[in-house]
Amino acid sequence: MALIACKNLTLGYGGRVIVKDLNFAVNTGNYLCIVGENGSGKTTLMKTLLGLTPAISGGIVLGDGLKRNEIGYLPQQTAVQRDFPASVYEIVLSGFCGKSGIAPFYTAAQKKEALENIRKMGIFDLKGRCYRELSGGQQQRVLLARALCATSKLILLDEPVSGLDARATEGMYSIIEKLNKEEKITVIMISHDISAALKYATHILHIGADCFFGRREEYISLKKAEVTDNE
Amino acid sequence: MSEIMEKLYFYIQFPMVRKALIVGVLIALCSSLLGVTLVLKRFSFIGDGLSHVAFGAMAVAAVVGLTNNMPLVLAVTAISAILLLRTGTNTRIKGDAAVAMISVGALAVGYLLMNVFPKSGNVSGDVCTTLFGSTSILTLSKKEVLLCIILSAVVMAVFVLFYNKVFALTFDEDFARATGTRTSAYNLLIAMIVAAVIVLAMNLVGSLLISALVIFPALSSMRVFKTFRSVTVCSAVLSVICALLGMLVSIVTGTPVGSTIVVVDIFSFLIFYLIGLLKEGVKK
Repeated sequence: MALIACKNLTLGYGGRVIVKDLNFAVNTGNYLCIVGENGSGKTTLMKTLLGLTPAISGGIVLGDGLKRNEIGYLPQQTAVQRDFPASVYEIVLSGFCGKSGIAPFYTAAQKKEALENIRKMGIFDLKGRCYRELSGGQQQRVLLARALCATSKLILLDEPVSGLDARATEGMYSIIEKLNKEEKITVIMISHDISAALKYATHILHIGADCFFGRREEYISLKKAEVTDNE
Repeated sequence: MSEIMEKLYFYIQFPMVRKALIVGVLIALCSSLLGVTLVLKRFSFIGDGLSHVAFGAMAVAAVVGLTNNMPLVLAVTAISAILLLRTGTNTRIKGDAAVAMISVGALAVGYLLMNVFPKSGNVSGDVCTTLFGSTSILTLSKKEVLLCIILSAVVMAVFVLFYNKVFALTFDEDFARATGTRTSAYNLLIAMIVAAVIVLAMNLVGSLLISALVIFPALSSMRVFKTFRSVTVCSAVLSVICALLGMLVSIVTGTPVGSTIVVVDIFSFLIFYLIGLLKEGVKK
């Protein structure tokens, strides 16, 4: 059974339909890249998957015993966060918020795991630093460590490399690849960057005027066929 | 100097002054705790808006002839707080515009009512007292002091117990919601506490100066401190010190309590601003 599947999903907000009848399924261990033009509904799809925006029709089915509060999320940065006084450790620890229910404080095990996740991201020496003083790449790693506190199964990333320079982008992609290959975390990522999507993803979902969902190889051969057709 | 001490000692003998000091410190503490969250969530003005709503509700209570207006004012303010905090993100009327609208509307209606149905000969005096809280803190009854102590104990307990949730919600509400935190319930809780604090603070500084009590300590400590915990602790301590200092100064010099506290807050902000600049300079 698929970890997360969309059946005849129609997306939109404010009564406006953006994407119609979307069908796809992501299995454990997959690395799915969602590509498409600006305004094609990538972020809306992600918000619907997370339960932040209700679907207009159709449904999302969680499988393999995945629970709602076991999905990690790396959102795009908001203006509020840019001048927020908080340490790296405080932010990463807040990833456990959903899991701890109404328990007021985090457990010792959670604190240990938060530190472990900070170490995994290679930012252990920054753990006491103020978030707003970090570089863009470091901030993304902090948010990724937080997402890891929320999940060990499925992580959703919304343009994790936007605004990063070439080196930070490379570093971010290799960390995500490591999480996928070594920690067996399923990845769903929105990306503008088709070449990176084709390099790392196992599956591609293209949304827009013509939707496509399939393995990376199928997408590549389809694109090649289109090019030859045009010639 | 000894003259001032003598004067202070003389005033402290009065139970009403002692009551005022206790209530003042508690209110300063509660409002500063919320201030950090409100400022960071870009809701600095909600205190202002809600205090005007409370002013309007007070005017209505006075016109209807309610002797105990606290429950009505509290209820109306709580409902407005819930509505305002809800408009925060994605609605047709943006959060700041909604706050401005409700704030000005409530102020106007309140003043109109007080004018059309005057309760005493001195309407402008009444209005001034409600807006700037000039003497009301010295006329608190025992019951009001007790209510104030209970309410602030509740506010502090809720804040300590839900500190981690408040942080998660303030930093990134979408993430918190996506990973299974019941954000709407916590938002409701925050809104209720905001309302409670504002109704409490009206007695001390009046409705116009409540924003100052909410935002100054938070902004000052953000100049210097870099983690959420240190900012919260610092603004609580700072707020208490400023309130205490302001009240003592106003006792000695006979200035209005609310505005004196705010002036002390302004000075503390300037000092923290300078410390912040110095710290940055040292780093470079």
